[in-house]
Amino acid sequence: MSDLMIEVEGLTKNYGYTRAVDKVSFSAPHGEVLGFLGPNGAGKSTTMKILTCYLAPTAGRAIVAGHDVFDDSLEVRKRVGYLPEDTPIYRDMTVVEFLRFAAEMRGMERDKADGRIKEIGRRCGLSDVAGKLVGELSKGFRQRVGLAQAILHDPDIVILDEPTSGLDPNQIVEIRSLIKEIGREKTVILSTHILPEVQATCSRVVIISGGKLVADGTPDALRARERGGRYRVVVESNGVPKDAIRDRLASLSGVTRCEAIAGEDGSHAFAIDAGSSSDLRKPIFRAAVDNRWTLLELAREAASLEDVFRNLTTGEEVKS
Amino acid sequence: MNPAMVIARREVRAYFNSPVAYIVVSAFTIIAGGIFFFFKFFLAQEASMRGFFESMPMLFMFLAPAITMRLLAEEKSSGTLELLITMPVRDWQVVLGKFLAALALLVTTLLLTLVFAITVRALGPVDRGPTIGGYLGLLLMGGAYMAIGVMASAFTKNSMIAFITAFAISFILFIVGQVTQFVPGPLQGLASFLGIGNHFENISRGVVDTRDVLYYGSVMAVCLLLATLSLESRRWR
Repeated sequence: MSDLMIEVEGLTKNYGYTRAVDKVSFSAPHGEVLGFLGPNGAGKSTTMKILTCYLAPTAGRAIVAGHDVFDDSLEVRKRVGYLPEDTPIYRDMTVVEFLRFAAEMRGMERDKADGRIKEIGRRCGLSDVAGKLVGELSKGFRQRVGLAQAILHDPDIVILDEPTSGLDPNQIVEIRSLIKEIGREKTVILSTHILPEVQATCSRVVIISGGKLVADGTPDALRARERGGRYRVVVESNGVPKDAIRDRLASLSGVTRCEAIAGEDGSHAFAIDAGSSSDLRKPIFRAAVDNRWTLLELAREAASLEDVFRNLTTGEEVKS
Repeated sequence: MNPAMVIARREVRAYFNSPVAYIVVSAFTIIAGGIFFFFKFFLAQEASMRGFFESMPMLFMFLAPAITMRLLAEEKSSGTLELLITMPVRDWQVVLGKFLAALALLVTTLLLTLVFAITVRALGPVDRGPTIGGYLGLLLMGGAYMAIGVMASAFTKNSMIAFITAFAISFILFIVGQVTQFVPGPLQGLASFLGIGNHFENISRGVVDTRDVLYYGSVMAVCLLLATLSLESRRWR
């Protein structure tokens, strides 16, 4: 058996005439935290629903934990923990009752289950709310119950659909560190449209847009793929007209766009976009020296995952 | 424990955690008792449960959908079905678990109505056969009504629509057996066989015929099967 926990090949799902997922292929080895990134409606949830055997693919196949999601779905479901979007949990049960229910559904013995619930409850910070009704919990706590439920039976794979949506910043940080902790032992797939989340938690990113897979790699590798860069230049104004500086900077080779932006009093600030990956800092510095400008600031901003994401998912500059 | 039993237990607990079950069960018991004592028992002037059993096919049309309407519809609308069904459980086990929970509530309700039987017994000698037969018939017929309700609840996300659908199906099955004299001759037998109340009348006379048991068994089987197929349909739509 291979080391791959998830193998997806040409996965396609149609809802009536609309195609939600279009020939998506990717795989995940053991112990990876895979971020599933895409704008709303890109097909993230649908893919996850197929991986967790809630929906069946129209075409293609998915092998999860060594079993086919369609032919062998019960075996897959035994080995997967899943937190659906919006954390649907029975509101009329207390936290402990619900976790006991989940444990029984997973066929765990009562004694073993109680010990495990205690342990997981502590890890997920649920000890104080154990006796409370799920319906009375805040969204953050409900999310933790959902996470606890997903890892209760010690699955090989944990699939989380937008685990941090609707949480406040403190809760987000807590949930993320919990996910990171889970990711140390298990293969985790989480979907999100929040980019910092990926940078904070994932070892690999798959970007899908319009049902198609558009990128697959580590966050660093994806950032590196984005060529060119953005520079920020601030020059002391002492008598030099702004337009003159801008025109000079714009004439440098490789500059695709140069724009005056708001700066402090007594200075001119510019944002420069470069089309190529060559370093523009030297030419900018030389231009400043030649024209006797006093350079106050010169910085290159590396392409962020945001840029990569925006380029890949808005249809512009889609690279192979 | 079988997942179906786990689901049934959760459902029964959910029933008793919410006021709805108490209201439905006590309203049923009060109405059934009122109809029995004021319109049947004192008029008939005999110590018999017959009047009680007679009104059951009608009253079950309201009781069963009220109990079953939320079973699957609510799981769909709140999204919990997705969590439930991605656990290692087969679709038929989900349906069976819900059905068993509805049956448990039916049994609870019927136990409450035993008060009527005890009251009647205090007033005069009761014929044991028809009473026991009647309760057996109520379990079978009630099971069929509940299965119809579970099926209706599997078809929709909306509890109210589930109630109305279950009521409509039960009503049609009931009325078909009541209007046999308006049906053309050759179809009369079929109409009275399809009538959901007719088989109960036989059993409550104390005559347990396999045909009647088979009828209720088939209604339950068909409805639960259709409910399962409806759940499964998400996989091939």
